[in-house]
Amino acid sequence: MTQLQSVPSPSIHSEDRAHEADHPTSPVVKFGIEQPLKLDCGIDLAPFQIAYQTYGELNADRSNAILICHALTLDQHVANVHPLTGKAGWWEIMVGPGRPLDTDRYFIICSNVIGGCMGSTGPASTNPATGKAWGLDFPIITIPDMVRAQAMLLDRLGIQTLLCVIGGSMGGMQVLQWTAAYPERVFSALPVACSTRHSAQNIAFHELGRQAVMADPDWHHGRYFERSTHPHRGLAVARMAGHITYLSDAALHRKFGRRMQDRELPTFSFDADFQVESYLRYQGSSFVERFDANSYLYLTRAMDYFDIAADHDGVLAEAFRGIKTRFCVVSFTSDWLFPTSESRALVHALNASSARVSFAEIETDRGHDAFLLDVPEFFDISRAFLESAGKARGLDGTGG
Amino acid sequence: MALQEQALPLGGIAPDRTGKYRTDHLLVAEMIAAGSKVLDVGCGDGELLQLLESRGIDGRGIELSREGVNRCVAKGLAVVQGDADTDLVNYPDDAFDYVILSQTLQATRQPKPVLENLLRIGRRAVVSFPNFGFWKMRLQLLVGGHMPRTENLPATWYDTPNIHFCTIKDFVQLCDEINVKMERAVALDLYGRPVPLNLPWWVWNMFGEQGVFLLSRGGQGK
Repeated sequence: MTQLQSVPSPSIHSEDRAHEADHPTSPVVKFGIEQPLKLDCGIDLAPFQIAYQTYGELNADRSNAILICHALTLDQHVANVHPLTGKAGWWEIMVGPGRPLDTDRYFIICSNVIGGCMGSTGPASTNPATGKAWGLDFPIITIPDMVRAQAMLLDRLGIQTLLCVIGGSMGGMQVLQWTAAYPERVFSALPVACSTRHSAQNIAFHELGRQAVMADPDWHHGRYFERSTHPHRGLAVARMAGHITYLSDAALHRKFGRRMQDRELPTFSFDADFQVESYLRYQGSSFVERFDANSYLYLTRAMDYFDIAADHDGVLAEAFRGIKTRFCVVSFTSDWLFPTSESRALVHALNASSARVSFAEIETDRGHDAFLLDVPEFFDISRAFLESAGKARGLDGTGG
Repeated sequence: MALQEQALPLGGIAPDRTGKYRTDHLLVAEMIAAGSKVLDVGCGDGELLQLLESRGIDGRGIELSREGVNRCVAKGLAVVQGDADTDLVNYPDDAFDYVILSQTLQATRQPKPVLENLLRIGRRAVVSFPNFGFWKMRLQLLVGGHMPRTENLPATWYDTPNIHFCTIKDFVQLCDEINVKMERAVALDLYGRPVPLNLPWWVWNMFGEQGVFLLSRGGQGK
């Protein structure tokens, strides 16, 4: 077989990942057996823990808290150095002093989702019943389960109402679930590049990724940790396929075109002749260093199951009936994973529910990942929306 | 003529001492009761919505142009990107107290269904539009022999977004046809001043540069 020989063996050791899963660098809130997480699959998960990061300070009347919900392959390390990769936080462009999510004004929280691998309980965490990692014994989790766990975390932090819940992609799904499940706890919501349900095409891409992981002989039916292996080739392929869906034809063309990688002529082999191949291999190999393969299976599954309308007899507007939350829905023109049409369907439902909603489609050729990039129009809209929400909530204009 | 019979006197427009708002916007705002819930269809960059919100009115907007929407959202207004021709059908009946269509009717593909939708979604509608019966328009066509262009409508025939021009008289006929009641009607002259009310309708149709109408559902619909 053509080896993915240029997907190098991970430089971060699986022990480091395993340690981070149980004993994260982040603060952790632990829930004992008396406080189980009631999962949609019918299982009570207990004990469990949630790892989180905060930025800025909570004001005296606890009215300036903003929850960031992270996307599939991200984590709670929004605006600090990542403990495994040593790289900058994934949303530093958005979160910080003077940034749209201004840490001088707001108290920002981001927790690792349940099922994740950066310190919240998930398949990479140790199962107290066996003393080994959960692996596939971990129960199937859903987007509502993630949100339920976040609500328990906020209870523990003493925060009743959030000024805003914001997130893109899978994070946007959590934002919508927050408004559907706990409307009275969400003053405003900023779902970005997302949908109220996962489309057939998106489920198909996820299935491709999962099959790639499971086809890797190092996967061992999810018990690779017992053999000190990690299905990094399968997971890298899953990441490569996923990454293509996060970009766009135009973005790939602009970035790489048909340019060759460190060579003038084709090698007439299956080497990474093209820059785009080299880039994808790099994306794959750097991802497997920090992410657990089983976690990828669980989180993609959670997204596949997501369908808010299904819980309301198929009528999306019913999910938001009488809601007081202020919405700002944002989509990007070149996002084909969560195209504008999906956001528009959400906006129609919100209109039908008489919700206060803004909707902006932002012109960019950078695809789904635009929400993570330097897109000034998106920053301006987010900033203004948060400011008007803060004003409506009586937040002191000068901070604190 | 229906217009004269139905049009009620307007209480007068509050003078805009700051000069911050357009006269036609002030006139529209005057027609809307305090505390109402309002949808502004074709809200541009949100100038009218800002005026309404400053008066304690719960305003929402739809705007076709992406730039317009994004400017509105950046002002903290609740505005969605959408098309009057295709998106009004998605709003439920009686969702708003008023639906405003300000200087947009002439740019819709299907003015009649749009107008019908306005009064389905809102209990009342406020519609303003440029009057193609305005004397300057007539003169340009009659004497100049070319499609009229004015200060407020500077586009040439081949690049104008305005594809369904009408006169005040035409509009009144359409309202009659679809059983819409005119509660108030005001014609504004070239300087945005109301044309005196005691003049006959053809004077409005001649000297009104734009018409502003407060409409409600007529007939059996209560």
